[in-house]
Amino acid sequence: MLNFSAKQLVGVGLFLFAIFVGVPLIISATGRWDFYFTLTSVALLAIASAGVWLTFYIGRINIGQGAFALIGAYVSAILVVKAGWSFWISLPAAGLFAALVAILIGLPILRLRGVYFAMITLVLTQVVTLTALALPITNGAKGISSIPLPSGVSLFGIPLIPDFAAMENTKLAFYYSACILMIVTYAALYRLVNSRLGHLCRSMQQNEELASSIGVNIAYIRIVIFAISSFFGGIGGAMFGSIAQSVYPSSFQVADSINFMLNCFLGGLGYVVGPMLGTLILYFGWDLLFELGEYQLLVYSIILIAVIRFLPNGLLSLRLGKGDQK
Amino acid sequence: MSTLLQVKNVTKKYGGLTANNDISFDVDENEILSVIGPNGAGKSTLFKMISSFTPTTSGEVLYRGDRISNLKPHIVARKGIVRTFQETTIFKSMTVHESVVVAQHLRAKASLAGYFWGSKTAQEDVAAFGKYADELLEFLGMSEISDELASNLPQGNLRALGVAIGLATDPKVLLLDEPFAGMNHDETMSMVGLVRSVRDERGVTVMLVEHDMPAVMNISDRIIVLNFGEKIAEGTPSEIQSNEKVIEAYLGSVDDEIGM
Repeated sequence: MLNFSAKQLVGVGLFLFAIFVGVPLIISATGRWDFYFTLTSVALLAIASAGVWLTFYIGRINIGQGAFALIGAYVSAILVVKAGWSFWISLPAAGLFAALVAILIGLPILRLRGVYFAMITLVLTQVVTLTALALPITNGAKGISSIPLPSGVSLFGIPLIPDFAAMENTKLAFYYSACILMIVTYAALYRLVNSRLGHLCRSMQQNEELASSIGVNIAYIRIVIFAISSFFGGIGGAMFGSIAQSVYPSSFQVADSINFMLNCFLGGLGYVVGPMLGTLILYFGWDLLFELGEYQLLVYSIILIAVIRFLPNGLLSLRLGKGDQK
Repeated sequence: MSTLLQVKNVTKKYGGLTANNDISFDVDENEILSVIGPNGAGKSTLFKMISSFTPTTSGEVLYRGDRISNLKPHIVARKGIVRTFQETTIFKSMTVHESVVVAQHLRAKASLAGYFWGSKTAQEDVAAFGKYADELLEFLGMSEISDELASNLPQGNLRALGVAIGLATDPKVLLLDEPFAGMNHDETMSMVGLVRSVRDERGVTVMLVEHDMPAVMNISDRIIVLNFGEKIAEGTPSEIQSNEKVIEAYLGSVDDEIGM
């Protein structure tokens, strides 16, 4: 179905081997157990970034993914804590709720283009934060804490997902869950971009007038894409909340929304795996520069500016050919 | 010949400026109709209203009796009335072939979800799109530049690409916006031939806005002349050439005082 070439298959195989076997081996050898949490975060942030990347694909700069991640985190937390749902059912519910909100917000704002759309989305994260502070169901500034770990799922008595609370090594379990979720997300994204919907998005990104003259309902496609984008944001946020076992209005801030966007720029807007690589490097890069102390932000910013200046198409443009390896 | 498109008392006002004032004419099936007029006569505005890119202030445009003005461009395109643009409006980072494949959107039978999952209908669609794109490009004599990126094409080819994109939608009426602008004599003549074959071999009714008078006189069955937003003449090329109002609009009126 995905029509990979042999070379791509090898690449995908190596990648899967590296994250499912390689990383755990390296971590147990070096004893850096904290890397599990870092890499899990990278995987989840990469899911949200994938959504931002998708809105870039219809020619819109989205600086509001933090809003949808926060919505997803709250919806999942409320469903698990207050309604007693299993986390695994609350996860798609969180994504769908985020998508629903995206449709309602998108109807008016997706008419805007360029910097105007970007400015509005920039405000969204703050709006959701303030809403979370004000609403009774979100517990205001106290947030929702001590969220139970994901429970097990079994179908006809066959355990499909084990109970996280009964596990010794929840870090590894979360790492695997996040990675699987990320791979499913990027496989879906790859498929979407290479199917007709992706081609229509490209036509809209390049010329909306011409796209509508060939009969593309551009308003509808924009809403569909924005909803899918926010679905990814909601899923990423919900899983994040479950790992942290808490959600606060400040769990996702404007700075996070900006980072989601930067991840896409850094990895490369022309490549499906761009946001994944961007997230990994941005997240790790920040940690690695920690030893520079007060100069951390300065050096980090200079590197970012240099990348955007000299590699305007992102890090993946260093590779020859099209970066469609998954 | 039956009437395909009717423009009825169409008026467009931008604030105090009247771009089109009470314009009416019919377009017959299978004809090539040109709209000419000096700069600012309201030709492009008229096209935009026919393709619903802008609403009319009053009046309406009918296609086979159904109103097509004041709708959305994609809905009018679905009914078979498709406009092309001037050369800068293309899909810059797609190849010629990709552009023509994307433009066959209206021919799609499978749903977007079907394409995502790769359903049987979707696979058939994709194969059919590719095949039709090859055919169309061959018909237009563009097979050689099929894999060329649109942004690398010279102007003459860009116009042809615009026509190819328009044709890929399988239109009944094709509205061409200045198809000969900026072309030399040879390029114009080959474009004239192309537009004619679109009409003759594909049965597409063609309306065009154009400045190049020799080309217009050569290609048109009938001509509509606009000046300052008003329709001042309508007729065959030879009628238009001898129409005094038209000559006046283009060359200016005789000034009695200085005797010119």
